[in-house]
Amino acid sequence: MSSGLALLAFLLVAVAVAGSMLVGARLLRVVSTKREPLKGQTYECGEVPSGVAWVRFHARYYVVALFFVLFDIETAFLLPWATIVREAGARGLVAVTSFVVVLMLGWAWATRKGALQWQ
Amino acid sequence: MTDFTHGALYGGGIITVIMTLVALALWGERKMAARMQSRLGPTLVGPFGLLQPVADVLKLLQKEDIVPDEADRVLFNLAPPLGAIGALAVAAVVPFSASIIGADLDAGVLYLLAIGALGVLPVFIAGWGSNNKFALLGAMRAIAQSVSYEVPLVLAALVPVILTGTMKVSAIVEYQAQHHWLIAWPFFLGVPAFVLFMLAMLAESNRIPFDIPEAESELVAGITTEYTGMKFALFYMAEYLHTLIASAVAAALFLGGWDGPFAPGLHWMAAKTLGLFAFVYWVRWTLLRFRSDQLMALCWRWLVPTGVALVLGAALWVVFVG
Repeated sequence: MSSGLALLAFLLVAVAVAGSMLVGARLLRVVSTKREPLKGQTYECGEVPSGVAWVRFHARYYVVALFFVLFDIETAFLLPWATIVREAGARGLVAVTSFVVVLMLGWAWATRKGALQWQ
Repeated sequence: MTDFTHGALYGGGIITVIMTLVALALWGERKMAARMQSRLGPTLVGPFGLLQPVADVLKLLQKEDIVPDEADRVLFNLAPPLGAIGALAVAAVVPFSASIIGADLDAGVLYLLAIGALGVLPVFIAGWGSNNKFALLGAMRAIAQSVSYEVPLVLAALVPVILTGTMKVSAIVEYQAQHHWLIAWPFFLGVPAFVLFMLAMLAESNRIPFDIPEAESELVAGITTEYTGMKFALFYMAEYLHTLIASAVAAALFLGGWDGPFAPGLHWMAAKTLGLFAFVYWVRWTLLRFRSDQLMALCWRWLVPTGVALVLGAALWVVFVG
């Protein structure tokens, strides 16, 4: 069975469900006509917000993102091999193991450097 | 029946049942949490307070919709439906019984990992679009956590793929029905992989002990801070949907899915899924929250190498023994 169309239909149903919830709320909810100046303010524990929130991030997030990309590429390489492990046999296993060992050497080095600790 | 109508009919049915389960779970969790804390929980609305979720939804439907002046309107309004749709989309490839499945993709495991990983996008859209410091902090923490735990999640999900040699979720369940559940044999691979999957799943769906992104004592409500009414409800619902569907995936990949004696497949799948689901909430009301750095250290220093070792171990097993 080619399942692409079935998946598409399923996704359309999911979109319709989420959409109908929002439309239903739009029809039923109260709408206030009074416009109060403070109502539209961003919540900051009752204080008047200081500046916008669109600021720079801490650099440690960059390290996490870098690690994620490295290991995600690793899994992307492992995925196609995972379905044919039996057919690829010992030869394939040796190839994948050497690839993973190189990556984990880098992981061990980064761990010793303390890159994986949030400070 | 064409594929399209099959998908639409089964999609409608599966999504309806899942949404009903989520509504019941709202009630069930509150009851369970209340009992664990020597309280009664909801009792007033309907018998045993069973209609409490209905009352909650009716209340949320009527709430005024407030978009902050400073917010990015488009992104702010886009995030809630995206979150719910992403969570529901994963359910398409989960086999609830031998015949009840939305779309039986050949690359089902790949699909559910990919769509599951998309869950970080609405979180960041909401955090950024709100233009609220709490929301942004919550979003950044959520993304750091989700992308980190994505790696052990994928590695753990690869173990059943390697052992069965297919990415079709229904084929993985059938293999388990014919041979043995993967958690039973080879248990030294199945059990750690299952535990790893559950840990990563808890972190992915931001559940205690990994609920740092919405740590309400520090971040107000994280990304949901500025949301009102139905948009808030969609976020709230998406969280429960993620947990429920991830439980179903764990049941299918490791616990034999719809396989079991005496009762129809659907009953077994429901029992396993709801059992795991209840376990998640049991954990939620029992444990405390991790600190951000502990969470990252746990993932990168312990879970990732464990996952890599499990994948290689499963390959060794398949090549030389199985």
